[in-house]
Parts: sequence; C-alpha cells; structure tokens
Amino acid sequence: MKILVCISHVPDTTSKINFTDGDSKFDTNGVQFVINPNDEFGLTRAMWFKEKQGASVDVVNVGSAETEPTLRKALAIGADTAIRVNTPATDGFQVAKELAKVVKDGGYDLVIAGRESIDYNGGMVPGMLAELTEANYVTNCISLEIDGTNATAAREIDGGKETVSTSLPLVIAGQKGLVEESDLRIPNMRGIMMARKKPLTVVESSASGAETSTVKFEKPAPKGAVTLVDASNLDELVNLLHNEAKVI
Amino acid sequence: MTKKENIMSVLVYTESENGKFKKTAFEVASYAKAVADQLGTSVTAVAVNANDSSELGAYGVDKVLNVSNTDLNDFNAKAYAAVVKQAVEKEDAKVVIISQSADSKYLAPILAVGLNAGYASNVVEAPSSTAPFTVKRTAFTNKAFNLTTIDTDVKIVGVSNNAFGLVENNGSAAAEGFSPTLPASGVKVESVDKATDKVTIADAEIVVSAGRGMKGPENWGMIEELADVLGAATACSKPVSDLGWRPHGEHVGQTGKPVASNLYIAIGISGAIQHLAGINASKVKVVVNTDPEAPFFKAADYGVVGDAFEVIPQLIEKLKAFKAANA
Repeated sequence: MKILVCISHVPDTTSKINFTDGDSKFDTNGVQFVINPNDEFGLTRAMWFKEKQGASVDVVNVGSAETEPTLRKALAIGADTAIRVNTPATDGFQVAKELAKVVKDGGYDLVIAGRESIDYNGGMVPGMLAELTEANYVTNCISLEIDGTNATAAREIDGGKETVSTSLPLVIAGQKGLVEESDLRIPNMRGIMMARKKPLTVVESSASGAETSTVKFEKPAPKGAVTLVDASNLDELVNLLHNEAKVI
Repeated sequence: MTKKENIMSVLVYTESENGKFKKTAFEVASYAKAVADQLGTSVTAVAVNANDSSELGAYGVDKVLNVSNTDLNDFNAKAYAAVVKQAVEKEDAKVVIISQSADSKYLAPILAVGLNAGYASNVVEAPSSTAPFTVKRTAFTNKAFNLTTIDTDVKIVGVSNNAFGLVENNGSAAAEGFSPTLPASGVKVESVDKATDKVTIADAEIVVSAGRGMKGPENWGMIEELADVLGAATACSKPVSDLGWRPHGEHVGQTGKPVASNLYIAIGISGAIQHLAGINASKVKVVVNTDPEAPFFKAADYGVVGDAFEVIPQLIEKLKAFKAANA
C-alpha cells in the first residue's frame, strides 16, 4: 500500500498572529512553524500502517522552500520520502489541484490529510483532492483500518460518530482520535540524522489557478476586561447573564 | 452586474434531521435572504426528506425544491453534493449557501469541484460587496478574520454556526418536488452512534464545559445538572478527554470540536491558548476558577474566583429559582 500524507506548514499555536504589507500577508517574523496538528495524527497512523502492514509512506507539502524543515521533521518521524510542490499555497482549490497531480503521478492508494489546517481553517483540500482524483472520501476521521483494498473508518458527526465501510483508493481527513495524543512521536536523534539523507524531491507547479483571493486580514477588536462577580453573590451573575448579556 | 444575473436566485441547502429542519437551516436561509436582497433576487432552498418545507418561508425562502428519497436517509456526502449540484444547475444559481455543520462541511468541497465554484468556509457576515463577491471569514482558529473574494462564476459560502443569527421574514415558500439523479458512492454507512436525548455542542446555545479543576470523573454530576438546568450541552477540556474522564466527543478546543455558542461557561479550565482558540467564537464567556491568575479570566466576559465545588451547586439553585420565576 502506497500512502501519501499531506503536511501543512503552520504557525505554532502559541504564535503571535500579526500581518504585514497593509494587512494582506501573515507576518512570519519570529514565528515558529510546525506540522499542522491534525496532519500529525494522520502521519502517526500512517507510521502504524508502515510498521504493521508494510506500507510505504511519503509526505507532501505545497509551498516555497521555507516549508522544508517541516517536511524534514515528518521524515524524522519516519516517513520514507518527501515531496515539495514548489509554489506558494494561495487557496484550497489550488493546493488540491497541485496535490491531485502528485497523487496521480505517484499512484497512491491512500491519502491522509488533516481535517483542517490551524492557520486558514479552510477544511476543503482533502475533499477537493478526493473528488479530483475520483477517490472515496471520509472526513473528521477518528479511526481507520485497512484490510487489503477494503477500509473501515469512523467519522465524528455532530453529537456522535458514524462508522462507514469503503475501499481504496481513499482520501481521509483525520483528526485527534485517529491516534491518541500520547501516541504522537517526537523525532529522536537517530530519526533526525536519517531524515537528512532521505530524499526530498522538489517538483514544479502544474500551473493551476486559485478560485478565491485574500483581500486583507483583520484582528478581532480587543476584548474588554472581565467583570468579576463575588462567589457569595451569584444572584448578581444570574442577573448579569439575564439583563446585561441577555443569554439566559 | 448584468441584467441576466439579476434573475438568478440564491440557492441554500437547508439541512434537516428526521424530517425536522435544524436551527442552522433557518440561519443559512436568513443569510441567503440577505444575499438575495443585495443581489435583487429571490431565494430557493433545497431540502432532503423534510416534513414541512413551508417553515422556511418565515426566514425568507421563496421556493423550496423538496427531495424525497429513502436512499438519502443516511447522509452520504457524494450523494448529497450531487443533489445540491443538480439544484444549483436547475435554478442556474450563482451563489450557493450552506451551513458549517459536520455534514455540510463534508459535502462542500465535493460540490465545489463539481460546480467549478470557489468556496469560502467559516464565513461570519453577509458579503461586504457582491462585485467583487467579498466575504469575511475566520482564520488562524478565531485569532483573525480573513476578507476573501470568491472569483469564480458560481460561488459557495459556508456560514459559521451562530454567526449570522436568525432573521424572521413574513414570506411564504412555494414547494416543488425535485428528483435528482443519485451517483454511486463508495462510502457506505454501517452504523451511527448518537445520543438522541442530548443537545449537541454544534447546536447548543449554551455550553457548560469543565476541566481538570473538577478533580475526577465522579464529580461531573453537578456539571451535568447545571447543563440540564440551562438546556446546555456539556463539553470538556483536552486534558480531561486525554485522561479518559469524559468521552473524546466532548473535547472542545483547537484539536477538538469548535464552539460558537451564545454562552460558554468554563469551570475549572485554566484557559490554555489551544482551548481558547476553539471556543473564542462563543459570544459570552463565563469562567469559574479558584486561581485568579488563570489565563481564562483575560478571555472571559464574566468571572467568579472560587471553588467550583461550592460555586456550582449554589449557581444551580440560583438558576432554578430564576427559571421558576421567569417560567
């Protein structure tokens, strides 16, 4: 089984979010980038398929050269090879089209992505990729088992979960639950050394177009100070929630 | 805008469950009406196995395409995307409005590819302009907004839950039968495991959430009782779900479920940045924590510094009295 794991290169959660160029670009100054957390769950599940079922695991990112350290980290965790599509990511459709070419060229059976990236939160690339490559698709995926070409997956739904049967070729959009947080792997020194020698192939863009454009970014208005209510005066809290906030 | 574009209706997919419209259906209908008013056109809804589509008239829908097909009893993203696609084509609609429920988010990218349509997700306001078509969406997990133009002929807008609200309208919706062709799907639902008697986090107006400050799963009775009094959904922080005190489905935050309720009550949750990112879209936030330095106080609207084990039982009594007086 050939697995491709899509890796988004995103600012660490604790990063300060600022913008430059007239608020049209994310300010990367001083920001630490990481593997998108939803992708990391998928990568870890892919490593399980590699170790238990002999799958091969490649990772891919659509982005400029500065995303390579994030791909190297995925190699250090255990992926076999990495591919970078050499073009900045501009919108979900453009990324999905670039990835579709990689999937078709590489003949992948299973593509694992995250349910959304924590920067643009688009939540659309995996579904578009599945449709473009005519693969089956399961989103919000919280468990995945593969047996030959058959797959069983669970999807988190509003208020519960749904179990589905499907088959390869398959695209899943994973999240926490696919593996547990405690199963996530931190690259060790041996992994980091090996990652330096693993192939990282740069492929050129297949020239696809975006369908949406960012005009500018805005930050939310600063929040007012908290109104503290004394623990012995909870009538006041009820009163505030009813008369001031009007939420009860 | 050309004259021809003027006559094309805005199409909205209105979700239902067991025949009843979800609240988000009325919200996306309200949003579609606002867009239609901007464009000087009407609203057409597409509904699947809904009992009474006339309800949509009260939120500005002019016409409903009613699909009735037992093959659509289980949600299937590919089949539902095909239904909406064919409705869009039938109406020659240029703007498509959907919710951001788990199911709508599932079908949206499939629909976008099928229609060659640009798709903006997590949209929180009516378009600021229709030419170019510009919407405001959340990005960086609620830490920023992203003004985005959708540059394609057909546009799909995913409206965040509880962002636009319900706007009542004195209209009536004409019903029309619609029988789209369903594609074969390679994904089959085997089972659905869902608590039917509980409010879901996605639909809840109020969410009561608790963290490690509760000291153990045996102490959740008061959290459930508080939620019960408020008609709220229960949720929890990441450490609590990691420890197995509460089911994973209750975990809210960056890697858990997003929350966009009217009221979010956080009990014994310190307010790690990952947690706040996931719940920031809630309108009013209340924190109860023993530690006045807990970061959550900086993100909250109302705060009580105190021991949950003393505060919550009292709050339950006060709320019961309030409910009785305002019943």
